[in-house]
Amino acid sequence: MLPVIPLAALFLAAFVLPLIALVAISLFRTPQFAELSPAQYLRFFSDPFSIKVLTDTIWLGTEVALATLILAYPLALVYAASGQVMRTLITFLIMLPLLTSTVVRTFAWIVLLGRDGIINTAMLSLGLWQAPARLLYTWEGMVLALTQIQLPLMALPVINSLLRLDGNLTRAAEGLGAGRARIFVTVILPLTLPGAIAGWLLVFAAAATAFITQTLVGGGRIILMPSYIYQQAVGVQDWPFSAALSLIFTLAVTGIVFAIGALSRRCVRGVDAA
Amino acid sequence: MQRSLIDRAYSTIIGAITAFGMLLLLAPTLVVLIISFTGGITLKFPPPSWSLRWYVELLQSQEIVAPALTSLKVAAAATILSAVLGGAAALGLARSRLKIARVLDALFMSPMVLPAMAFGLSLLLVFNLLGIRLSAATLVLGHTIISVPFVIRMVGASVQQLNPVLITCSLSLGASRWYTFRRITLPLIRRGIVASCFVAFLTSFDNVPVSLFLADARTEVLPIKLWAILEGSLDVRVAAVSGVIVLLTLAGLVCAEIFGGVSRQIGSR
Repeated sequence: MLPVIPLAALFLAAFVLPLIALVAISLFRTPQFAELSPAQYLRFFSDPFSIKVLTDTIWLGTEVALATLILAYPLALVYAASGQVMRTLITFLIMLPLLTSTVVRTFAWIVLLGRDGIINTAMLSLGLWQAPARLLYTWEGMVLALTQIQLPLMALPVINSLLRLDGNLTRAAEGLGAGRARIFVTVILPLTLPGAIAGWLLVFAAAATAFITQTLVGGGRIILMPSYIYQQAVGVQDWPFSAALSLIFTLAVTGIVFAIGALSRRCVRGVDAA
Repeated sequence: MQRSLIDRAYSTIIGAITAFGMLLLLAPTLVVLIISFTGGITLKFPPPSWSLRWYVELLQSQEIVAPALTSLKVAAAATILSAVLGGAAALGLARSRLKIARVLDALFMSPMVLPAMAFGLSLLLVFNLLGIRLSAATLVLGHTIISVPFVIRMVGASVQQLNPVLITCSLSLGASRWYTFRRITLPLIRRGIVASCFVAFLTSFDNVPVSLFLADARTEVLPIKLWAILEGSLDVRVAAVSGVIVLLTLAGLVCAEIFGGVSRQIGSR
């Protein structure tokens, strides 16, 4: 255990201690650290604006997770059914966004969604749109960008669980006369659910906390929890409130992640028993 | 008859979504690379003409080159720190059967679960309470913490695959602990170390939420600088920076692949 001590000491000083400080500071009533009280939390939960920021952020994570799920399954099915060349290509395409810096990926979406961007140019020249549409600084644009940015986090676990699926099961279903669509719904989907849920959790947490993409593609008018925390901490310098915001956000995200994780383990046990 | 119709529709839909998904994965990176060679002064796509002017302009932009160098230094320092401390911890944890080992393992992994913003803010609050001035060192400290989970997982996985008999053999043949570590353990867990260094470096180089709180005015890092530029205007120089980052990352990936088989490590994560 001796080699563990330096890192444990570092974590105690630079991880555990700060979190304790965060909790302590969130319990002060004023930014001058006067009077201990749960005032910051009451302020948050009695303010419809703050509540909406939180629910919007959770909804964003959910929408992006759903969108990546819809894209990841077909990719995984094609991956599992293809030969080496196609598999390498798909792996490369999945790794590409994973390895490019977040700011670069976000910048790419600014280029794609902008007024003179590729989508507007294509739609106008095809005559499908009469005037350039506003895509940047909209909720939909932000969801699209985050879907692409987070897709690898969904695709990798889904592919992994699909590859681990016993091929005899699908062949048995085929032999018994089930069509491909039916095999997918009744055999593949339930048995690869653990992978999908693992991906769901990763994408949900990543999309909800994606400060850069949220601020640059969503724009200044869409306020979500990360930018709310930043604005309260750095702009307003209201540390007790921003500390409370951070904790509420952390608990909301990790709470949902753990709840879905626990629920899925129960479902998986159900599938195994069946 | 009806079933085959459903199946054909199913196959078409799967094929179409896959094609769309692959295009979606590739397009943004490709578009950035293309637009970085534009001769125009806007992000108009397709570019009206071609040139290297934005790369030339980038080299002359001290306000972008300096943060880039800072980012590289901070990432290098954070990578070394997290690889040494995290690697040692991973080795220690893998051999221990104590209950506290599992608790510590969970602790070292928790920066992955915690929203990085909350961690950055909490560290800033502590520095302020203790009267520690922000500097490059505080930034490195924050980046080290968030890079550690990758080291713990990847090096830990390599240590798990290591056959302990080899260590026992070496020791019983009279080799010292240090010699055994250098000649037996280290070469066998090299893949995990290289892969985790690669990921740790990218994590630090790319980090915004922690740097946002922990960087002082003098240690401006690249992603924050780019974010600030893009908040204000759509500067084409960012495309050139992006082009450089993409190419360097690909080069780094090739190196890491040669030395450590990094894609297998990331793929199995």
